[in-house]
Amino acid sequence: MSHSEAIAPRAQESADLPLVVGGHVLASRLIVGTGKYATYEEMARCLEASGTDCVTVAVRRERLVNTAGENILDHLDAARYALLPNTAGCYSAADAVRVARLGRELLRDMGSRSSEWVKLEVLGDTKTLLPDPVGTLTATEQLVADGFAVLVYTSDDPVIARRLKDLGAASVMPAGSPIGSGQGLLNPNNLRICLEYLKDGDPTYPVIVDAGVGTASDVAEVMELGADGVLLNTAIAHAQDPVRMAGAMRAACLAGRLAFLAGRIPRRLYATASSPDEGRIARPS
Amino acid sequence: MSGGHGIDAQDMLTVTVNGGAESAPVGSSLHDLVEALGFAGRPIAVEVNGDVIPRARFAGRHLVGGEQIEIVTFVGGG
Repeated sequence: MSHSEAIAPRAQESADLPLVVGGHVLASRLIVGTGKYATYEEMARCLEASGTDCVTVAVRRERLVNTAGENILDHLDAARYALLPNTAGCYSAADAVRVARLGRELLRDMGSRSSEWVKLEVLGDTKTLLPDPVGTLTATEQLVADGFAVLVYTSDDPVIARRLKDLGAASVMPAGSPIGSGQGLLNPNNLRICLEYLKDGDPTYPVIVDAGVGTASDVAEVMELGADGVLLNTAIAHAQDPVRMAGAMRAACLAGRLAFLAGRIPRRLYATASSPDEGRIARPS
Repeated sequence: MSGGHGIDAQDMLTVTVNGGAESAPVGSSLHDLVEALGFAGRPIAVEVNGDVIPRARFAGRHLVGGEQIEIVTFVGGG
């Protein structure tokens, strides 16, 4: 039995609807970034081990000094992975809209099935990489009007999250903690409120936690709370053994989703015995 | 090579590509520029003065000099 088979859900466990976002049906609830890997070959192995079928990519200037350089697209099977362009590195709504349109054109030029979507980031500053909420709202409105399915990176603020959905975002993607920080889910209660607001009367509205994952239990925690998916990059790419961590993330995502669907027991202050009271030969003192 | 409004004495024009000056013969199209830069057949998207130009319109887009051009591709990112 291969490693991947060992953690695949059994038939009865897999009775779950796929994640549908921006018109795309995704088999995996893990979306994986393609940045920061030591080599393209390692990236490709990690993507395989993660089980993902959707990866993010960034848009950057082509190098004018043509050194027969490899392109990431040489290492990404576009038939296997839906490519989700991001607007990473944009600090204004105007820049993010430009980058989104360039990413869309790149996908159109490739004949991609996913050309009308974008992972929108409008950042506030370089130190925290926290989202600029005003710029994020402005860019969301413009990109929705331009026909994009907007998957929007935002803070865990429930009010901003609701406003982004009201503007027509295809998915609201609250951060667990700052990008690349590995701090995990800092405010589970805010995520709970985001989920409650965004799914009120619309239970299939996709909420994806984007950023901050440090290790597998962070992914499981987010999925147990009812998030529809997790987007991560650094936690795999900079792990000591990235391919093994990719497998851990895959297993954690499945485990968290199954636990959410199964429904956890309530937390109680005091113990409840698992063995029967009847028939004991000794009595509590 | 500067010649006023982006056209120099040797019948060349100057455009800005990805922040740097590039010259091209007067009468060049966007297609010619992309070929000259070695990007033909590569996965790129092109923006001229803020507008995305689809590849099918490269040949019909004639350069006048002074254009601000961005040529981008995909790289790894999260």
